[in-house]
Amino acid sequence: MARHSSATAIPVRDDSPLTGADTRLLKASSSQKTVGDLDRVIHERIRLGVVSALAVNPALTFTDLKALLEVTDGNLSVHARKLEDAGYVECTKTFEGRIPRTEYRLTDAGRKALERYLAHMESLIHATRGGK
Amino acid sequence: MSALPKRPVQPIPIHEHALDNLRFIRETMERAAEFTVVPGWGLFGMGCIALAAGAVAMRQTSHTGWLRCWIVAAGLAFVVGAITMRRKAALEGKAVFAAPGRRFALSFAPAILAGAALTIALVEARLWSTLPGMWLLLYGAAIASGGAFSTKLIPAMGAGFLGFGLAAMFGPPAWTDVWLIAGFGGLHVIFGLVIARRYGG
Repeated sequence: MARHSSATAIPVRDDSPLTGADTRLLKASSSQKTVGDLDRVIHERIRLGVVSALAVNPALTFTDLKALLEVTDGNLSVHARKLEDAGYVECTKTFEGRIPRTEYRLTDAGRKALERYLAHMESLIHATRGGK
Repeated sequence: MSALPKRPVQPIPIHEHALDNLRFIRETMERAAEFTVVPGWGLFGMGCIALAAGAVAMRQTSHTGWLRCWIVAAGLAFVVGAITMRRKAALEGKAVFAAPGRRFALSFAPAILAGAALTIALVEARLWSTLPGMWLLLYGAAIASGGAFSTKLIPAMGAGFLGFGLAAMFGPPAWTDVWLIAGFGGLHVIFGLVIARRYGG
């Protein structure tokens, strides 16, 4: 968070490293008054994938998400936990016979966050293209 | 330490990065929604209806009798398809006309409507031998375009119909019933079974 003090308008809720392009997006966001805050919880690729996939399905299992996003168990677990902590997804653990089943659903907050993020990206595109 | 020549870093324009993010979201959603609204067991049932209709139609002595068999079969198949599609969507916890279903229906319907209109025109013109090829081609086009947003099996089935349609249109006239049965019967049964096994019914 401290690393990106230049993007002070952006609430950074995550500590994963930013790429150069991410930083430019954050800076651009802070310089555009029409653009809202960039949600870094969703901005990370795997989390963005999880939220996007859940947006078109009522629920997906851990296995579904892992296959869909082609990530490892550990990687998906970490990112899913961050989404849970942010209140964007809810996780249900059940058993099918003796096999544990972890299912994820997008919460209302998660859906709104994705909508905001989409609007944000579109605003950036309009702002940068319009500024040319 | 600095022996390597420094390469100038080309910055990615912001809007391109945003576009890339939007593209990623869209592609993820498409893959996640790749469950097909097309019901495998429904296709299987439609294929069985077509096989039965083909057997009956081949024994007809008049063109109108032959046409009646296939029209009744088409009506029954439509009902079976609609019921099983609705049932599959319900089992998946989705509405039939949620995004994937709506896209399928909107892409599927135009070619089917064109087929219905052309059927009337060709029957009035007494061009009976053109009907099987036209049906197979337009149904194939409907399936291929409707399935463009679904699992790859659906466009593949559409391509199969297009192939049989070409064979019926330009092959020997004596074989047209065979292509009809192979298409509406065989392809539906085979792809129906595969979809039912792979995509949850």
